[in-house]
Amino acid sequence: MQLDDLYREVIVDHYNHPRNYGKPEKWDILVEGKNPVCGDEIKIYISVKDDIVSDVHFEGKGCSISIASASVMTESLIGKNLDEAKLALSDFNQILRGEACERCEELSDTAAFQGVTKFPVRIKCALLPWKTIESAINGNGKS
Amino acid sequence: MPLDIEKIKSDFPIFRNAHRNNKPLVYLDSAATAHKPQCVIDAESRFYSEDYGTVRRGIYFLSAMATEKYESVRKQIAEFIQAGSPAEIVYTRGATESINLVARCYGESQLKAGDEIILSEFEHHSNIVPWLMLRDRIGVKLVYVRSTRDWRFDMDDYADKLSERTKIVSITGMSNVLGTMPDLKAITALAHAKGAKVHIDGAQLVPHMGINVKFLDCDFLSFSSHKMLGPTGVGVLYMKRELGDIMSPWQGGGDMIEYVQFDGFTTNELPYKFEAGTPNMAGVIGFGKAIEYINSVGLINIMMHERETTEYVLRRMLETEGIQLYGPTTAENRGSVFSFNYKDLHSHDIGSMLDFNNIAIRAGHHCAQPLMGKLGVISTARASFYLYNSKEDVNILIDALQQSERFLKNAVR
Ligand SMILES: Cc1ncc(COP(=O)(O)O)c(C=O)c1O
Repeated sequence: MQLDDLYREVIVDHYNHPRNYGKPEKWDILVEGKNPVCGDEIKIYISVKDDIVSDVHFEGKGCSISIASASVMTESLIGKNLDEAKLALSDFNQILRGEACERCEELSDTAAFQGVTKFPVRIKCALLPWKTIESAINGNGKS
Repeated sequence: MPLDIEKIKSDFPIFRNAHRNNKPLVYLDSAATAHKPQCVIDAESRFYSEDYGTVRRGIYFLSAMATEKYESVRKQIAEFIQAGSPAEIVYTRGATESINLVARCYGESQLKAGDEIILSEFEHHSNIVPWLMLRDRIGVKLVYVRSTRDWRFDMDDYADKLSERTKIVSITGMSNVLGTMPDLKAITALAHAKGAKVHIDGAQLVPHMGINVKFLDCDFLSFSSHKMLGPTGVGVLYMKRELGDIMSPWQGGGDMIEYVQFDGFTTNELPYKFEAGTPNMAGVIGFGKAIEYINSVGLINIMMHERETTEYVLRRMLETEGIQLYGPTTAENRGSVFSFNYKDLHSHDIGSMLDFNNIAIRAGHHCAQPLMGKLGVISTARASFYLYNSKEDVNILIDALQQSERFLKNAVR
């Protein structure tokens, strides 16, 4: 086991330069999540146009893993239609459960989180943004 | 007498067994739970394999022996905290249950709407939530004593908030986040002058400093075995006898009764009134061994060792660039628990990076979310020390912190 398994370059890069960070000017859906164990908080702003996730932004406080995970998630979801987005969510869950996932090879940034499974206490950190956005994507509703 | 740390470490099998990545265990989370010396592990195991029987119920030899051992630990505990009588020592599952017992059995039977309970801002969730639950049931009011700017208990604020309405003052003997140790003697005297009862959350204090309930004159004291080298699942509630007598019982069941009829019961005498059901017998016997071990090392030696450790940690942390220490910066009236952050790293990242070096620290809110709010952070890293920690452990911690930076260098936030 290597510490680099956890802190893959991709993760460190997303942590240091989070993509789609900050509150956008407008959005359709706002979801908020908290990790009660560590107090981490995240707000995710989502815009959906014609069933396509047209924008995802986030802001919050968190560790490197949760920030990087949120950043990767925004990049992964933007441009997908809702069905593809749901698939991406379940793929990520699968990766974090340590299960093989055929589609995941191509999702390179997401796949970087495979190493997190070796650090069970950090899995929650990686899942926080994805769990938070779940209701918005699956519910397909406005809130 | 200075402690021989190598010798002490050799009494704790975990330090032989828990090597990882070829690195020995540096255990800095004793504030969460302490490791066990071999003699404690053996005592529990021997009880099961040689002396096991139920307590207070059987008329056969094993049961009588088990009862004698189990009750002799009660005497040991009474002596350890200088209680007047073993009848004032109630076994619980831990400090958490002890505090809930006070809040429920004393609070509900003796307090009424409008009465006030004073707590400090340093309290662990387990010394906040039971009182919030009491408030929700009977309408008492909780009043929190501020901390001073240097993270001490603010005596002036306390004196201001204390009044005839105050019925209970429940204060931690040592903050599990900041190490702050309030002046319990003064707090108790002031409370008693207003007619209020005093409960001390001794979960952190008792393992490291012991306590003298006779000297302090406190009314209740809670602590846990597992933080003082003993097994999990055992705790203590000390209560003054006259208070125990007027409190309502805790759980109902076997042993807590004197007589039971289909339509009523009378309660047993202290301390059994609060001990329903078959207890954690092996745990109690292991706890007795833990106290014996602490006494054999010498509580005073442990205190002096930790005082030295505290001074050393403070010096190293304050001189190391990038460490933000929360809590008192001098060793007086301060325990060996240190909350900190490093550079701009999140405490979870610090925790994982240290874990990779087999250094165990705590990261998070330490069951003290309100205090985190006061500190203006969402979480901290926390290193806590005990009799088996050496100065070398401190050096390893600081070195690993400094090296860990390379993994997340350029961290911008
Ligand atoms: C100050 C304080 N009070 C109470 C407790 C609760 O103790 P336990 O979990 O053993 O019941 C703790 C444990 O973390 C503590 O640090």
